[in-house]
Amino acid sequence: MKDIREDIAWAKINQDVMKSLENPRKLYWVILFFALMAFGFGVGCEIYQYQTGMGVENVNNPQVWGLYIATFIFWIGMSHSGTLLSAILHLMHADWRKPIYRFAEAMTTFSLMTAGLFVMVHIGRLWQFYYSLPYPNERGIWPNFQSPLLWDAMAIFTYLSSSVLFLFVGMIPDLAIVRDTMHPGWRKKLYTLLALGWEGTDRQWRNFRVTYLTIACFLIPLAVSVHSIVASDFGMSQQPGWHVTSFPPYFVAGALYSGCAAIITLFIILRYVFKFEEYMTKPILKKIVRLTFAIAMVWTYLNAVEFASVWYSHDQVSKDVLIQKATGTYAPFWWGMIFCGSVVPLVFAFKRFQTNIPVLFAVSLLLNLGMWLERWMIVAPTFAHGYYPWTWDNDQWPSMVAWGLVFASFGWFTLLFMIFCKVFPSVSMYEVKEMVYHRSLHLKKNETAEQGAH
Amino acid sequence: MSVSNLLENWSQVRHAHPVDDKPHDPYKWAMAIDLDACTGCNACSVACFAENNIPVVGKERFQHGQQMHWMRVERYWDEDGREFPDQGFQFLPMMCQHCEAAPCETVCPVAATNHTADGLNSQIYNRCIGSRYCSANCPFKVRYFNWYDYPTDEMVWPAEMTQQMNPDVSVRSKGVMEKCTFCVQRLSAAKVTAKGEGRIVREGEVQTACQQACPTGAISFGNLVNPESRVHKQWEAQQVDLVKDKQEKDESDEKAVLRGYRILEELRAYPSVMYLERVRESAV
Repeated sequence: MKDIREDIAWAKINQDVMKSLENPRKLYWVILFFALMAFGFGVGCEIYQYQTGMGVENVNNPQVWGLYIATFIFWIGMSHSGTLLSAILHLMHADWRKPIYRFAEAMTTFSLMTAGLFVMVHIGRLWQFYYSLPYPNERGIWPNFQSPLLWDAMAIFTYLSSSVLFLFVGMIPDLAIVRDTMHPGWRKKLYTLLALGWEGTDRQWRNFRVTYLTIACFLIPLAVSVHSIVASDFGMSQQPGWHVTSFPPYFVAGALYSGCAAIITLFIILRYVFKFEEYMTKPILKKIVRLTFAIAMVWTYLNAVEFASVWYSHDQVSKDVLIQKATGTYAPFWWGMIFCGSVVPLVFAFKRFQTNIPVLFAVSLLLNLGMWLERWMIVAPTFAHGYYPWTWDNDQWPSMVAWGLVFASFGWFTLLFMIFCKVFPSVSMYEVKEMVYHRSLHLKKNETAEQGAH
Repeated sequence: MSVSNLLENWSQVRHAHPVDDKPHDPYKWAMAIDLDACTGCNACSVACFAENNIPVVGKERFQHGQQMHWMRVERYWDEDGREFPDQGFQFLPMMCQHCEAAPCETVCPVAATNHTADGLNSQIYNRCIGSRYCSANCPFKVRYFNWYDYPTDEMVWPAEMTQQMNPDVSVRSKGVMEKCTFCVQRLSAAKVTAKGEGRIVREGEVQTACQQACPTGAISFGNLVNPESRVHKQWEAQQVDLVKDKQEKDESDEKAVLRGYRILEELRAYPSVMYLERVRESAV
């Protein structure tokens, strides 16, 4: 199994990564085309919904939340692993993250932007969404600071702006490399602007390191808080099935889980499309797979904690909701979530599958299907079996418009992500060089030690 | 727009607990519904539709569960093994319970639903952005969302029908939440009249539409802090206290039949509607 070559020349790294900005495989254009189609379809759905009213989502009066909220949580969750790879593993000095953290961080940013769209798509009066922001206005009206939805709005804005900053700061040395090698044109102008006059002097590198580390430290508590606050949307309410103390860690674990699974999917796609086989190597993939497996088990454990605490709580209504989930109309989806989320990741326990790309691709998609189902199974069953008997056995199935928008969100995300990877270096050149340098240094040390022994 | 402004308004709209609350002076609107008198005729619901300009959404949207009845009459079948003609059932008229510590109020991101000084759970349509969190957190599920733009819908309000709309009640556009207001337009009118005459609203001076329409007089509505009001007397006789989450009833008096209760009291929402249990000697 080939890892990154220690003797790879720095100029070759530059050349290889920069090639991804110019000539990807044909599949790139196919993906871009389908993403654009899906996004366009969603724009149509949204225009129709905006004109007609939220009723076209086919939600109804006791069941006021549907697919949009579920998919919102899904995308917020997806954003967490980028931070895990780029910030947490940076602090832990895990060098295998270096070739892959850039695209993971981009994934964070774009999935947050997608999640933000779902808030917009969900609310009944989109044209007045700014009421939920504490902006200065002539009437002196503030939003309601007690509402978890307001915390959400603030947490997401903070997280989004910080991760954009983090992505950008981490990219500055690479942007300078691209600037210096690019032919004159709009790209050169763009990189010149973004590279902020980077020259690679000692002082610049020192300042850069400090800035990067500071933002990394700032971002980690933010990442944890964002999904804890999304969990509070449910945990702070009074409804059975939502009012669960363990929700914040459960949501954070679920977020890291779906994010890691998405990293595997995107890893495999990028590796092929941009011919990154030499940098996104199988040993790195193996490490992410193991990380995902660990997080999957944490998620499974927290799931079991939730079920057990409901089961033994003597809270009859919550217990009824749990029973309803496992045996009611939503049962196939609920069991599907258990299967995809807790059984499928067991594949990762086998060494021979840990680097088998087709298997990993299929499994990572299944894991994310499971995580999407998890979010839907948090939102929908509580509405179908709450405190009040009038709402019981009242199922609600999403309309084609709702499915269309969910489908389109994947198109929108892919579109942003694919364009990013074509415009910016999605493998961090300077950090791969660092990694190679450290490894060769290590190798040399071993060699001299061996010679000494003789 | 200053922080002091925020803090001032905060104490005005936010209530920690009805016990610590400022006294409802001079009004606390409350209701009592006698289920023994209710025949399930739905007149209250119809009156509510007429009074409050509620859209009649039509068959198809009703089947999708998008109905708007602020006042709904629920039917609960007995589950004692008997089949239809012999099977007994009960009715329960359900509307916004105007909880003193309403779960819907704290979760609204834009503070579109608030508590008024006279104990109403108010809804500001112009402020609502339609996040629907209030309905998600309502234990009674009595909030209704405008899924479509009903006022402009020819099927819901044909042009000639707009003449029958109540001019005192605003018409709600798509994307806002609405619910029972305890006929706040009638309460305001009565309060204005009373204020002009330098007194407070007298018992019986104001009626809600459902109360007015009820043929059996099952619904009584009034000022709970007025000791002369029928509602006050009923609540007192049934030993139901607004500020308790678990009533301690003195049942030593054999003759007094205590049948007053509030729905889901244990959730500590402190609803303002008391129900009187139905007394049943026969199956139906």
